[in-house]
Amino acid sequence: MSEQRPTAAGERSGGVLNVFAHSFLVLWVIMAAGPLIWVVISSLRPHSELISDPFGLPTSLEWDNFSNAWTNADIGRYTVNSLIILAGSLTGTMLLGSMAAYVLARFTFRGNRFIHLLFVGGMMFPVFLALVPLFFILNNFGLLNTRQGLIIVYIAYSLPFTTFFLVSFFRTLPTAVQEAATLDGASHSRTFFQIMMPMAQPGLISIGIFNFLGQWNQFVLPRVLNVGDPDDAVLPQGLAALMVQQGYEGDWGALYAGVTMAMLPVLVVYVTFQRQVQSGLTAGAVR
Amino acid sequence: MEVRKDGGGESLPPSTRLHLAAAFFLPPRFTPARVRYDRRYRKLDQYRFIVWFLFLPLLVYLLFVVSPFLQAFFYSMTDWTGYSANYNFTGFENYERLWNDDKFWDAMVNSLVLVVLAPVITLALGLFIAFMLNAGGRRGRSQAVSGVFGTGFYKIVYFFPQVLSIAVVAVIWSRIYSPRSGILNEGLGSVGLDSWRQEDWLGGDLARWCVLAVLCWSFVGFYVVLFSAAMGSIPREIYEASLLDGAGRSVTFFRITFPLTWDTIRTGWIYMGIQALDSFALVNVMIPEHGMDVVPSYLFEKAFRDGQAGYATAIGVALFLVTLAFAVLMMLVGRRERIEF
Repeated sequence: MSEQRPTAAGERSGGVLNVFAHSFLVLWVIMAAGPLIWVVISSLRPHSELISDPFGLPTSLEWDNFSNAWTNADIGRYTVNSLIILAGSLTGTMLLGSMAAYVLARFTFRGNRFIHLLFVGGMMFPVFLALVPLFFILNNFGLLNTRQGLIIVYIAYSLPFTTFFLVSFFRTLPTAVQEAATLDGASHSRTFFQIMMPMAQPGLISIGIFNFLGQWNQFVLPRVLNVGDPDDAVLPQGLAALMVQQGYEGDWGALYAGVTMAMLPVLVVYVTFQRQVQSGLTAGAVR
Repeated sequence: MEVRKDGGGESLPPSTRLHLAAAFFLPPRFTPARVRYDRRYRKLDQYRFIVWFLFLPLLVYLLFVVSPFLQAFFYSMTDWTGYSANYNFTGFENYERLWNDDKFWDAMVNSLVLVVLAPVITLALGLFIAFMLNAGGRRGRSQAVSGVFGTGFYKIVYFFPQVLSIAVVAVIWSRIYSPRSGILNEGLGSVGLDSWRQEDWLGGDLARWCVLAVLCWSFVGFYVVLFSAAMGSIPREIYEASLLDGAGRSVTFFRITFPLTWDTIRTGWIYMGIQALDSFALVNVMIPEHGMDVVPSYLFEKAFRDGQAGYATAIGVALFLVTLAFAVLMMLVGRRERIEF
């Protein structure tokens, strides 16, 4: 307000607003991070204290909670399951998605627009509509309750947005480089893998992060399509099951330790790459 | 443009035609020299590449996404249980049953509450916080608007819930809502609001508001980041001009920031509505059995617990129609002239 008439009223209202703004911002920090901090603190406390005083600080550090969660409650196994599936599905999504997107963005042929619309249209449908038939399709292929099945389904349901995003990204890349490569005798696939993929790196990283978090955190698809052996559960499933189990056994400390172990690595990775993660995830809303 | 993988002319000798056809299925390296120096090779090479690159993605997509969507519409008109391969075509019987199913309408009302309120609350909070971050700072000598101190830190922390799995969020909040060892009841008790304590937050009528709160909580940070980026791209000169004209903060917000970020707000609104219609994980993890339902969780129960696959797909079609209606409505309501800057 100092640039215009520096009236006392103006100064004061700015000041009051500032205090208000800051306290609201700080309040929301507590709202957003508070529950997470509470879980981390609680993971270090024994069950009996958690019942009597949910708010307290740990008197002694109960590292047993973590070993209980890791081995007895199988959080370790679920993490490995999740990692195996993610390794396959993320690679597949990025490869298939960028292949389809490159062809759709850079070549004119009959049916190009139709195929593009087919992919884009997939974003409009709620996954629940497909859930029941999908279950039986997988069953017929013998892919139900298998890792391969989950990997393929993850890929299939990530393709619409991945393709849509990468088509618009490939279109922004200069054509001159592609033409130069062709003149130098590079085949189409060589141009794609050695010229266009490296050039598309920023876009690939954004959509890669988007798919990484989306597939790592996926809950609905494994909840329906991966229900055979409890040992094969992925991490989100495992945590949900752990909560039910600890409700009977009465060991909340192990549950909090399990949640902490699922939560902290993701948060650490996020804070390290926060700029990329934020731009990658918000890309999802800009359809 | 004509697909001429086989050569195209009638005058081609069969052997050349065979060669060209064979080359279509071979990688470039193994293409016979005869074909490679044929004048049609360039075209063939291009189409070979297109077909090979599109084949696998399209196959996976058609098999696991397009076909189940189409099948769903068909199965919604059958009495299929899902346990056996037999079913009868029953026309619109499932939809009639749906129309008279009170539990379905309960679930639908809950879903509609979420789809109406979650975007309003989340986007309002997101906009407010983003505006505070971008223009809440003291107006300095050289700048018309300035962010508050520590904007980067705030944005990092606000985004936390968004990177967590929705299952993790659901587990954390069902512990918070827990009647005996949860911090919500404990917190209410410690500030003297004992009468607000609940025996059962998630089992009773309050459940839908509890789910709504968690849904908003987990998405506010996302919109803070999204709107911050949109606000950051508004040119400074516009703010400076409005300041010279004597605009205060609220006028600045409603006359400048809001209209200029409208496009982002609208897409964000649609996105949040779709998330709210999809809130299966929260309900599935947090709400005890036979508690509150939303449409997706009701569908899930019918399909995989009660063995009514046909009826469940009819619920899926209803969910699809609601999603579609919401998206179209938002597109129509929110349309205004695009402002270029």
